[in-house]
Amino acid sequence: MGVTGSPTNIQQGSKTKGGIGESTLRPDGTLKVTGEFAYSSDMWHEDMLWGFTLRSTTAHAEIRSIDTSEALATSGVYAVLTYDDLPTDVKNYGLEIQDTPVLAHGKVRHHGEPVAVVAADHPETARRAAAKIKIEYVELPVITDEASATGPDALLVHEGRDDHHIGHVPHPNIVHRQPIIRGNADEAAKRADVIVSGDYTFGMQDQAFLGPESGLAVPAEDGGVDLYVATQWLHSDLRQIAPVLGLPEDKVRMTLSGVGGAFGGREDLSMQIHACLLALRTGKPVKIVYNRFESFFGHVHRHPAKLHYEHGATKDGKLTHMKCRIVLDGGAYASASPAVVGNASSLSAGPYVIEDVDIEAIALYTNNPPCGAMRGFGAVQACFAYEAQMDKLAAKLDMDPVEFRQINAMEQGTLLPTGQACDSPAPVAELLRLVKARPLPPEQQWLAAGEAADVRALPGGLSNTTHGEGVVRGVGYAVGIKNVGFSEGFDDYSTARVRMEIINGEPVATVHTAMAEVGQGGVTVHAQIVRTELGVNQVTIHPADTRVGSAGSTSASRQTYMTGGAVKNAAEAVREKVLEIGRAKLGTYHPAWATAELLLEGGKVVTDGGEILADLVDVLEDEAVDLELEWRHRPTVAFDLKTGQGDGHVQYSFAAHRAVVEVDTELGLVKVIELAVAQDVGKALNPLSVVGQIQGGTIQGLGIAVMEEIIVDPKTAKVRNPSFTDYLLPTILDTPTVPVDVLELADEHAPYGLRGIGEAPTLSSTPAVLAAIRNATGLELDRTPVRPEHLTGV
Amino acid sequence: MRVNFTVNGRPQEADDVWEGESLLYVLRERMGLPGSKNACEQGECGSCTVRLDGVPVCACLVAAGQAEGREVVTVEGLADYAKHRDDAHPGTGCAAGSCGTGLDAAKRWQSKPTDGRTGEADELSPIQQAFIDAGAVQCGFCTPGLLVAADELLEQNSSPSDADIREALSGNLCRCTGYEKILDAVRLAAARQEETV
Repeated sequence: MGVTGSPTNIQQGSKTKGGIGESTLRPDGTLKVTGEFAYSSDMWHEDMLWGFTLRSTTAHAEIRSIDTSEALATSGVYAVLTYDDLPTDVKNYGLEIQDTPVLAHGKVRHHGEPVAVVAADHPETARRAAAKIKIEYVELPVITDEASATGPDALLVHEGRDDHHIGHVPHPNIVHRQPIIRGNADEAAKRADVIVSGDYTFGMQDQAFLGPESGLAVPAEDGGVDLYVATQWLHSDLRQIAPVLGLPEDKVRMTLSGVGGAFGGREDLSMQIHACLLALRTGKPVKIVYNRFESFFGHVHRHPAKLHYEHGATKDGKLTHMKCRIVLDGGAYASASPAVVGNASSLSAGPYVIEDVDIEAIALYTNNPPCGAMRGFGAVQACFAYEAQMDKLAAKLDMDPVEFRQINAMEQGTLLPTGQACDSPAPVAELLRLVKARPLPPEQQWLAAGEAADVRALPGGLSNTTHGEGVVRGVGYAVGIKNVGFSEGFDDYSTARVRMEIINGEPVATVHTAMAEVGQGGVTVHAQIVRTELGVNQVTIHPADTRVGSAGSTSASRQTYMTGGAVKNAAEAVREKVLEIGRAKLGTYHPAWATAELLLEGGKVVTDGGEILADLVDVLEDEAVDLELEWRHRPTVAFDLKTGQGDGHVQYSFAAHRAVVEVDTELGLVKVIELAVAQDVGKALNPLSVVGQIQGGTIQGLGIAVMEEIIVDPKTAKVRNPSFTDYLLPTILDTPTVPVDVLELADEHAPYGLRGIGEAPTLSSTPAVLAAIRNATGLELDRTPVRPEHLTGV
Repeated sequence: MRVNFTVNGRPQEADDVWEGESLLYVLRERMGLPGSKNACEQGECGSCTVRLDGVPVCACLVAAGQAEGREVVTVEGLADYAKHRDDAHPGTGCAAGSCGTGLDAAKRWQSKPTDGRTGEADELSPIQQAFIDAGAVQCGFCTPGLLVAADELLEQNSSPSDADIREALSGNLCRCTGYEKILDAVRLAAARQEETV
């Protein structure tokens, strides 16, 4: 037995490598670079059929009739299903409100709504058969904005609403409304020396994850179904899928397949129920893979918004009050709109001290595409507007925009508009200082070589549209506040199962959670946490499935906090159990077993003084310790529906940006030269991944600033640009260098002091770029994305 | 129709190919090589980039029939291709079936538990290793196409400037990383290449 217990034989335990704080590499990295990683669209099964969805060609219409006979008669077609084929009375689903039909019945409410699904032996056969389905529509007028939604003669998007929000909204075409009243904004306005107001418009952004919606449903012998799918929350999907199929939840077994990005776009169901229905009907495995055109109709988008803001300040630069009204377009179905309203309102004042506020946020039902979760979740739209307001106030007071923000910056202890105190570090002023302190990139870099202009460095780039004449530079700043985790009293929890055993003479830990790894790196972090807590080198990450308790959603910047917290919790419990076994077996060999604080380190039991007491191999022998635990963050409460008061959020995260842009004022082309960012992450569990997330979020903010927008025809509510040809995403040529400063100010309430990081960098990136373009051009620019015509006045 | 072509150094034959099928569909669904990704199938995102007779192309825009008699290298064959780069006929250094991902193996392949390590046993091309080391892989859906494009860049230009890298990779969209770490990865691979010369 390898017990090294005698006091004369003190050794230092070898430190376990790959724990928290290190830039450990992704466990799935090799599979991803060799093409072997199994994404949902790569699933393959013998005798597999392909599913295809027929979608409405109109935004608002009654369905008079559907004739599927010709489609069904097509050679190679196995099933054609419509609303009439649904097996139970549960025909709708939804995250908060069950208002989304699995297949349209009676009506279609937006362009691209699923009407029928087809299964065939080749994807093209399925597509061609779907084209033979005859649908008779009777067109209805479209509701596209607040005026048409709440006007006196407005049609109702959903007749007979019975969800719990209906009692609190002034019109049935309003999904949810959240006012926040604190202090007296009208009184406080009298103290203001300057007042600025503005109307802002925020365009509809798409998550544009690269891996299309896809999955494989395999019918099982017990009458159930196995579903392999890319999603953000397996258990939320399961809760919505099982009732529609008429199956108990244990007969719908879900396994996460490789996810090619998500950004909120996979919170709602897409093809999950359709694939299961077709598999159960045909008795064959059915795979559905959306093409990019369909993907634009297959998921919800970021809410476009109209925002009206008024701010006041005294001569010495103190904010007096803020009033705002935020109108979010939720589109045809509710999705996450109520929660987006809660975020937009509660974070509408930004990271500033403002005691007197009068806030209202609403989300509308319209016939526009449904909108729901996207990175930043309601806080993004508000940040765009309040940061424009900060610049306007600073300009009016003739103050430096950063200094003005710093004067008003919130800090630990500041009360938010909801009356909630921020009880962890809030280094807003410091983050602004960090981005401002960075040296500016050299001017006119296209001339740096001293030879002919390198057009690649100019706005317009390789298009060779300018050689520098008419190009002006601008610099802009912004900062934002985002909540972390699910808010407003939601019972947000996560589950983790951790197992430790000896395999081939080595201690091995296995982590089993239902966490969706969507690219963010949770799998890396879980292994790091377990190495830290259990002192083992080898950690296996079990595939995520519904055979373990819910991990909650991979969204709201919550997964490292929540499932990371659950893994930590479970690992600590496993450690205690291992030590218990050790004490029982070996406790008599050394008094430290009873008296010292014991740790697991380098595969050994060690005292906090570093003395090795035993090898884990000898402690565990043939025994395995296997524990499943849940973990919850601090409880929150719902915001009061009239005043918006309440401790609704768990944690906040903060990021600041400085954007440097060059604008070709003749052609209206923008090149972002640099987007410096500073963010507080509490504790960087994996610095490499942290920086990657911050850079990625920053570029999504750049996208909405200068190019990304789903364009919906205001007359027909039809989507005009559902493709990567027409919906423009930043390429590597459109993106600048993104230098990152990371602060680590621990939040004492969070595991390891960490702070959710995924979303905050998306907030302030957009207004910083806008501020820089305004600085360069002198134009007001009250909408995003900025298009060439806004810059040239055409 | 029947299509005969060479994939990752090995002759392949696909039967019953419908005339409208793309090279991407044939690779993914008939050859069992899903490494080339189907993100837009419109030639806009570059996720399906493969080399056709050495030239990077979007496999979604190539009709399967156009590949008749030609050589295709996908991400699955990238490590082997890089290894045999100096041979007169890249990729043919392997005897049939001895390298790349076999059809049967690819079809059997499934999502497996990932261990806590990075699979250092696998032999990777320099650009593949650099993508892992630099943190340029997040969701990884764009990665195969970027790797093929970046490998070709480094073959043509062993010490590219940042502007060269941006120009060469401008046809490949990435939604996760913000591109900075992709730039880092290409710089890293170029620097390592220089060290070994």
